[in-house]
Amino acid sequence: MMAYIIRRVLYAIPILVGVNVLTFVLFFVVNPPDDMARMNLGIKRVTPEAIQTWKAERGYDLPLLYNGQAQGLEQLTGTIFFQKSVKLFSFDFGRSDSGRDIGYDISQRMWPSLAIAGPVFLIGLLTTIGIALAVVLFRATPIDLTVVVAAVAMMSISGLFYIIGGQWLVGKLLRLIPISGYDTGWEAAKFLVLPVIIGVVGGLGSGIRVYRTLFLEEIHKDYVRTARAKGLSENAVLFRHVLRNAMIPILTMVVAAIPLLFMGALVTESFFGIPGLGSYTIDAISRQDFAIVRSMVFLGSVLYILGLLLTDISYTLVDPRVRLS
Amino acid sequence: MSDSPILLRVRGLCVAIGEGEDAVRPVDGVDMEIRRGETFALLGESGCGKSMTALALMRLLPPGGRIQSGEILLDGVSLPDLIERDMRRERGGRIGMIFQEPMTSLNPVMTIGEQIAEAVRLHEPEQARNPRLRVIELLRSVGLPDPERRTDEYPHQLSGGMKQRVMIAIALAGRPSLLIADEPTTALDVTIQAQVLDLLKGLQRQTGMSVLLITHDLGVVAEAADRVGVMYAGQIVETADCGEFFRDARHPYSRKLFQSLPESRKRGRRLAVIKGSVPSPRRRFDGCRFADRCDRAGEPCQGQVPLCTLVAMRHAVRCHFAEEPDLSATGPGSIDPTPADAGRNPPVQAPLIEIKGLRVHFPIRAGLLRRTVGQVRAVDGVELSLAAGRTLALVGESGCGKTTVGKAILRLIRPTAGEVLLQGESLAGLSGAALRKRRADMQIVFQDPYSSMNPRMPVADIVAEGLRAQGKAGKPDQLRARIAQLLQQVGLPEEALDRFPHEFSGGQRQRIAIARALALDPKLIICDEPTSALDVSVQAQILNLLKDLQQQLGIGYLFITHNIAVVSYLAQEVAVMYLGRIVECGPVEAVLETPLHPYSRALLDSAPIAEANRHVERQPLQGDMPSPSAPPPGCHFHPRCPKAQPLCRETYPKESLLESGRRVSCHFPLGLVLDSWPGRVGMYSCPPFRGRTG
Repeated sequence: MMAYIIRRVLYAIPILVGVNVLTFVLFFVVNPPDDMARMNLGIKRVTPEAIQTWKAERGYDLPLLYNGQAQGLEQLTGTIFFQKSVKLFSFDFGRSDSGRDIGYDISQRMWPSLAIAGPVFLIGLLTTIGIALAVVLFRATPIDLTVVVAAVAMMSISGLFYIIGGQWLVGKLLRLIPISGYDTGWEAAKFLVLPVIIGVVGGLGSGIRVYRTLFLEEIHKDYVRTARAKGLSENAVLFRHVLRNAMIPILTMVVAAIPLLFMGALVTESFFGIPGLGSYTIDAISRQDFAIVRSMVFLGSVLYILGLLLTDISYTLVDPRVRLS
Repeated sequence: MSDSPILLRVRGLCVAIGEGEDAVRPVDGVDMEIRRGETFALLGESGCGKSMTALALMRLLPPGGRIQSGEILLDGVSLPDLIERDMRRERGGRIGMIFQEPMTSLNPVMTIGEQIAEAVRLHEPEQARNPRLRVIELLRSVGLPDPERRTDEYPHQLSGGMKQRVMIAIALAGRPSLLIADEPTTALDVTIQAQVLDLLKGLQRQTGMSVLLITHDLGVVAEAADRVGVMYAGQIVETADCGEFFRDARHPYSRKLFQSLPESRKRGRRLAVIKGSVPSPRRRFDGCRFADRCDRAGEPCQGQVPLCTLVAMRHAVRCHFAEEPDLSATGPGSIDPTPADAGRNPPVQAPLIEIKGLRVHFPIRAGLLRRTVGQVRAVDGVELSLAAGRTLALVGESGCGKTTVGKAILRLIRPTAGEVLLQGESLAGLSGAALRKRRADMQIVFQDPYSSMNPRMPVADIVAEGLRAQGKAGKPDQLRARIAQLLQQVGLPEEALDRFPHEFSGGQRQRIAIARALALDPKLIICDEPTSALDVSVQAQILNLLKDLQQQLGIGYLFITHNIAVVSYLAQEVAVMYLGRIVECGPVEAVLETPLHPYSRALLDSAPIAEANRHVERQPLQGDMPSPSAPPPGCHFHPRCPKAQPLCRETYPKESLLESGRRVSCHFPLGLVLDSWPGRVGMYSCPPFRGRTG
């Protein structure tokens, strides 16, 4: 078991290195610093001097991989690759192109993101599983059909519709809560209610469909027939047998998503004006602040790898067949 | 037993699935009576409605299914009229049920103790607070070793036989008066099957419950049942006491079933087959349901539904000719007189294939660095040889390595050591193009015709794939002609060419698989349990086909099976395998008649035989086969061997060569008087074996 986890962690290392190198290639070879400077400065102000100054201010004037002018170890450390990419491993994100400390920004903006993504995730999971179970209990009846049709309809509607529609209905028409904005402490709650509800509702359609399929697959298995032959009620069969077995694929799917909750929701946060990591990324993209985008791409990859790692580990915890072999 | 009161009475039971025009009626007018303490066997081939009958009794029909009409009285209580809550009390209470697949019938994420406790809590409220004691008592009563520890284990930690014992324990939790056993031993090895049947019999004696035994196996019926009902196309066509049935089965279908059983005395003759196939459950009948397939069908059969006629005491037959004397001219044991092969033992020629010291070991890896910490010795030094035109049967329990031998010969698995010589040429050194060329000579037919063919490929492509791979496909029209000829050879119409596997029945699919194997004119075909997924009457067709093909083409068969009856019918030589090694090998008559190895003896004793009064006392083999990763020291078989001596625990017996070409690895072979023993290889005389009469 321990050996299994350690081996999984060790497998993650080469993947991380690969991600880092790929990010470097993407951000500095495909799109070299000169181009970045040009884009940032705008067409009118571009002079070779201005580019030089822009690069020097942000540390992009170093060679990419090897610094021939420096001495000793400096030859390797005095490069963009080391300064900008290798340092990412220690979560040293450096400064953004506008001069702010990215690490500090992330640590500040992480919490509003979590405050939305966490509740959406938890409430969404419980509602979808609950509805899916109920649908399975009424399988092959008009209730089942209605819910499935509704789920497909909800999946087919764009996420933006839910956001805008929700803001219009709850914020503008009913005037229950402010449309957008954020506050500190408990005051933030009133700004969070709507995005959370919309997040949950938006994910309902696809969630119900996935879980319903999972449950239906389990319910036709032989052990369910055994459980019924014991004389168990349909509720006991569903909750004690079907749910417990279906939890294995559900947990592994869900666990992989947990670390990514930190990244926030790009669109929702922008629409509701919430200062989280999602809107941070969107803003950086529109300002062409590559330092931030690069940091977020790397952070996302790390969290994704962490999610996969947790999936593997959670598998060994919930499935006795894996646990003991 | 015949005078004990009736426990279950079923009258005119009809089950429908679906609505209106599309409705099918898998059960269409079933009548039966089961007395207290009696075992009633419901015998029939797949699709005849026997499982549906059982599910209808439990009111556990699949979605869309319902009891359309008929009455089910359990001890006077009408089950179809109960409300669901009361019916739940009957399920697992007065009616317990066990299923065919113990591997998948237990919840994989719950301990077995918890799964039994669930039933205890439901049906024994006084034990509900602390069911553990009762759970352990139940586990002990079904003979699970070490129940205190086992109760906290998960299903995957138990062997198939143990899982079926756990299933029985669950069914017993409610102290049922009726136990429905739906093919309880079909997925198990014969040795384990014997254990489970004995267990059921013993439990029945203790508790006085009745058993409804659903099976397709005449041998199991002979072994275990008091009464038998033969089911065909949704109806019971014959009911009789077991002894009477095996002496004097009257329905033409029952008789055909007997005639299509492979047996040693039918060697060299064709097995009887039933023409046509099982009618679709959608069909409505105006006459006898079996009329289309019956040799005796006459005037009244097509237009008049036959009624149940009482032909003897407690022996009812649904046939217009039930009482006509000439029917009994062909008794149940009689044989289709057409000879299949004139010379029943083809002459022994130079070996077609020789296997020397074959070993296949799989490493067990563990720890951080995945170091090899042990070996699973799946095949551990196997020597075999087979001549052209002959059949060598390889028998043994599942997990003994017989399939691995087959795959290693074909080089589908790379052998760890040893040699395979095909017509004197070693295959071990071959690779790449040379190996591929040689592969044309060796083909395989797999067990499961449902999963061994690509479902998205038409039959023509499936059969032609080998020819294409070997560059022998030729021009398209030539290829098509060749495939059509192959299909005709295995008894399929030319129209089959452009159809897909799912359009065929199991037997037809196995014919396609054989055509595929024949396409390259192989010298050797490895048949890996080719008939074990098929019904008896279909099995007879396939065995006839294999025999004909061997006769015409002189192909050698390595026939991997666990079915002793098939071996005795088909093979000339037999090798008995246990934990990766051959323990006994020789001519089939000799080995099956006077087995020398205690394991061969035990295998033969366990195999049920479809004859009356087969309730013989025997000692079923105890326990399961050990894991091939940690075989017991000394003789591998000694922990289960009734004759084991101290010597057997210390050294693995050397192989002794006997004069009739028999080989046996045992320190104390059965019935052999030995000049000098133990441990020396020498020639000993074999006791003369009695030729089987009849």
